[in-house]
Amino acid sequence: MSKFQVTSPIRSCSQLTPDIIRVSLLAPTIARAARPGQFVMVAAGSSRDPLLRRPFSIHNVTADGEVVLLYKIVGQGTRLLAQLRVGQSIDLVGPLGKGFSLSPDTPACLVGGGMGIAPLLFLAKALCSSPRPQEHAILLGARTRDELAPLVEDFRELGYPVHAATDDGSYGHHGFVTELFQEHSTPAHEVCVCGPTPLMAAIARQCLQAGNRCQASLETHMACGLGACLGCTIQAQGGGYKHVCKHGPVFDANEVLWTI
Amino acid sequence: MDNLNPSPDLRVNIGRLELANPVMTASGTFGYGREFSSFVDLDRIGAIVVKGISLEPRAGNPPPRVVETPCGMLNAIGLENVGVEQFLVRKLPFLQQIKCKVLVNILGDSVEEYVALARHLSGHQGIDGLEINISCPNVKKGGVAFGTSPEMAAAVTAAVKAATDLPVIVKLSPNVTDIVTMAKAVEDGGADGISLINTLIGMAIDATTRRPRLGNIIGGLSGPAIKPVALRMVWQVASNVRIPVIGIGGIGTTEDAIEFLLAGASAVQVGTANFYAPSAADTIRQGLADYLSDQPEESLGELIGSLIIEDGS
Repeated sequence: MSKFQVTSPIRSCSQLTPDIIRVSLLAPTIARAARPGQFVMVAAGSSRDPLLRRPFSIHNVTADGEVVLLYKIVGQGTRLLAQLRVGQSIDLVGPLGKGFSLSPDTPACLVGGGMGIAPLLFLAKALCSSPRPQEHAILLGARTRDELAPLVEDFRELGYPVHAATDDGSYGHHGFVTELFQEHSTPAHEVCVCGPTPLMAAIARQCLQAGNRCQASLETHMACGLGACLGCTIQAQGGGYKHVCKHGPVFDANEVLWTI
Repeated sequence: MDNLNPSPDLRVNIGRLELANPVMTASGTFGYGREFSSFVDLDRIGAIVVKGISLEPRAGNPPPRVVETPCGMLNAIGLENVGVEQFLVRKLPFLQQIKCKVLVNILGDSVEEYVALARHLSGHQGIDGLEINISCPNVKKGGVAFGTSPEMAAAVTAAVKAATDLPVIVKLSPNVTDIVTMAKAVEDGGADGISLINTLIGMAIDATTRRPRLGNIIGGLSGPAIKPVALRMVWQVASNVRIPVIGIGGIGTTEDAIEFLLAGASAVQVGTANFYAPSAADTIRQGLADYLSDQPEESLGELIGSLIIEDGS
């Protein structure tokens, strides 16, 4: 599998809310090689503080070689990243890790919470070419309308009906995306979930009971993203550890020991 | 202006081990080499020191295992590795195909384990030397780390030397009161070279949750934050032993590497920098060649230990 380190000029940048940013970077080699669910390691600058790259799931890729990232400003690294403007560059390493694997003729149910929605857009776009795209279900949740509405629009533009939920009831269902899952998933669905750990654990549990195959995209602290530092550990079902950068970030939900 | 020295000689010797250039990659930061083959031409690195290997596979510590700190990071990986048998079967074949030298970092809970590892790893094409990680507790001696006792460090060095014909480097822990005493002990034990420093033991706490940030509570600090400590220790050790010294600690640029060479290191290991700059080792090798091409020295060897200290200041 090809991996690249690319100095990637910012092509466009938009602020969806005061702290949610979408940035498009010109990185044709990575864009061509990327598969839904894979990630890139992002360097905010050449400063040694913060020292490490940040892992970001690939939100989308474009035909003209752009890699699109969606992130929330949560700390020093993302704050520095958000200060960069069109024309400046971000150093990317990728595409990394194991992405989603879906059989093309099986209906999929994509479940996203908060920033966990990011990799699902790339996946949804790939699923547009499946034989019966109208059988896929897209269930998205976030805290508020501001955070969710622009992302829901992206999925609708691909032609999918989207079921939305917000914590404060300002958009779609008032409540959690797990409640939408009970209502809209069918036993035939292959489920792909990404979001906060409690959401993924809840969906994984429901899938286990209902017999759905479920894949979850996990996030941890990570130093290298290349399988060298062995720092991005999660506890595996049946004992032992797995590494998010190499065995994941997308895992079969049954491989993961859900501790919440 | 023409370069003084258009094709500088970067070769260095660590005892009987001849390296094409002094840039090595540090154990635990470069996997088993293959992980970086997309970013670095492995044939151009002086040597790879592979992830520390024990007799039996080890699962490592519970998460979280890494945390970023200012200009550095803490890790508590817990020596996760595939074990010597799997290393020889699954990892060595790839390493046999590359031109650069390969050192295997070994770790154990007793002198007997180190000796058994040395025997297992000897006589294989593709293994050019051993690096003894003495920052492990000696289970038979009440868990005191080999690396904090001069007697135990000397004993494990001598035992490994007696068990193998491979060049043996001993990697020193900086978590001691007197690094020179440790260095002299392993020199007396017969080490062919000394590499230093391993990580400095540190800790990070989350003030919001009031909990340690590492699953293991404490871990090893690495990265640019530790470079001044590493430089000081390399300088002290290189000034007091006759065997070659390999500098490690926060090396991420050509200038960092030159500083360690001036302090007396015959070679350097790039560690944490591999994580944020996966081609760092090759960048530094090229940087050293470029630097030397503008200097009066014809070979890199002349640079080693050439730190200028003015008298009477």
